[in-house]
Amino acid sequence: MTDSIGTPATEVVLCPGGPALIRSDVAVVDVIVAEGQSVARRPVVALCRCGRTGRAPWCDGTHKLAGGPTAKTLPTRKDEP
Amino acid sequence: MLLPRARGPLSGLLRHLLLEGTEELAELDATARGRAATMPALSALDDEDLQLSLWMIYELSFRGFDDVDDRWESAPEVAGLRAVLERPFEQALRDATTSWTERALAVDGDVADQVFALAAGFDEGPDLSKFIRKEATPDQVRHFLRQRSVYHLKEADPHTFVIPRLTGPAKAHLVELQYDEYGGGRSGFLHHELFATTLRQAALDDTWGAYIDDADAPTLASSNAMSLFCLHRRLRGAAMGHLAAFEATSSIPCRRIAAGLLRTGFGEDAARYYDEHVEADAVHEQLAAREICGTLVRTGDVTARDVLFGAAACLVLDALQATALMAQWEDTGASDLAEAPL
Ligand code: FES
Ligand SMILES: [Fe+2]
Ligand SMILES: [Fe+2]
Repeated sequence: MTDSIGTPATEVVLCPGGPALIRSDVAVVDVIVAEGQSVARRPVVALCRCGRTGRAPWCDGTHKLAGGPTAKTLPTRKDEP
Repeated sequence: MLLPRARGPLSGLLRHLLLEGTEELAELDATARGRAATMPALSALDDEDLQLSLWMIYELSFRGFDDVDDRWESAPEVAGLRAVLERPFEQALRDATTSWTERALAVDGDVADQVFALAAGFDEGPDLSKFIRKEATPDQVRHFLRQRSVYHLKEADPHTFVIPRLTGPAKAHLVELQYDEYGGGRSGFLHHELFATTLRQAALDDTWGAYIDDADAPTLASSNAMSLFCLHRRLRGAAMGHLAAFEATSSIPCRRIAAGLLRTGFGEDAARYYDEHVEADAVHEQLAAREICGTLVRTGDVTARDVLFGAAACLVLDALQATALMAQWEDTGASDLAEAPL
């Protein structure tokens, strides 16, 4: 769906290892969430893609706890083995 | 609010200048320069007198003081003093963060990957949120809320100063993030209003500046770091890196703190600020790290090193705040000794 100047009415950004950010002119998020359960009031929302959130359907940062294939880690300290 | 009480010669002289005029200016200038010149590395982060003085100067650019003429904000005496005090502060932040910045830069990925890796791998300081969830007493929770009120009652305000310094997508996404911090245009839902509710529910004073006289040096330094980064165009990369690290270390701790508030009996209205941040900051961390910092570095507007300096500074100061609070709790076995019981 695009508006008259070709801007998508809904933009989805897939965050590697994390949620999908959704910006939407239409209340697409309200359609997929059971009424009264959670209201998408913020201008952009993050939908969980890892399945481990405690706030479904929203991301609550839990994807970071278990690392995962795409998570990058700091190199060990020089003084560490 | 009124000017805070002095915590040493520097803040005493600054108070005098702002309240009475200029007669002790030479002494103030000499004191500030002397302090800055002789300050051992890192000690600026721990120096209450210096941090409170900087905090008073920065506050002139935010909400000001009822007993100070607003014209002092741009008076040359104050601007000069600010520059003198900022130098050792910025240097201390750089010294405290160099090793973290270097390790984050070595992460193979874009700046967002580096910020997230830094936030996940940073291991200084005790885990305050776990302590609050499981063990803190109601008095300790209230002590924590009093310290946090120094920033949370003006949450997001420093970063608003950065908006006109950005362009294009980075600007659009910072505005998007700030709009959410300010309640999406709904009065009563600004994050600093939600925090005011938390304070009231905990029988604390929600007046701006009510607990500034209790604020410890790391709490003042944390607030000052945001002002330093956000009020200088040259530090805009650090300002956005700080924001990204702040947001990336928020959702999970906020969930624990909300649980701690409920456990200690403060109720759901008190926990709402933290509850809101579980979801909000899961969005904000992506916006800040990927769409703001990522864009700024990709377009060459700032370097990854700029961003990671700010990110590491956020984490180091947060660790110092947590360390100071836990140390006070261990020393006294209680936290409200200075405050009358309810
Ligand atoms: S994607 Fe963030 S919790 Fe699932
Ligand atoms: Fe917030
Ligand atoms: Fe946020």
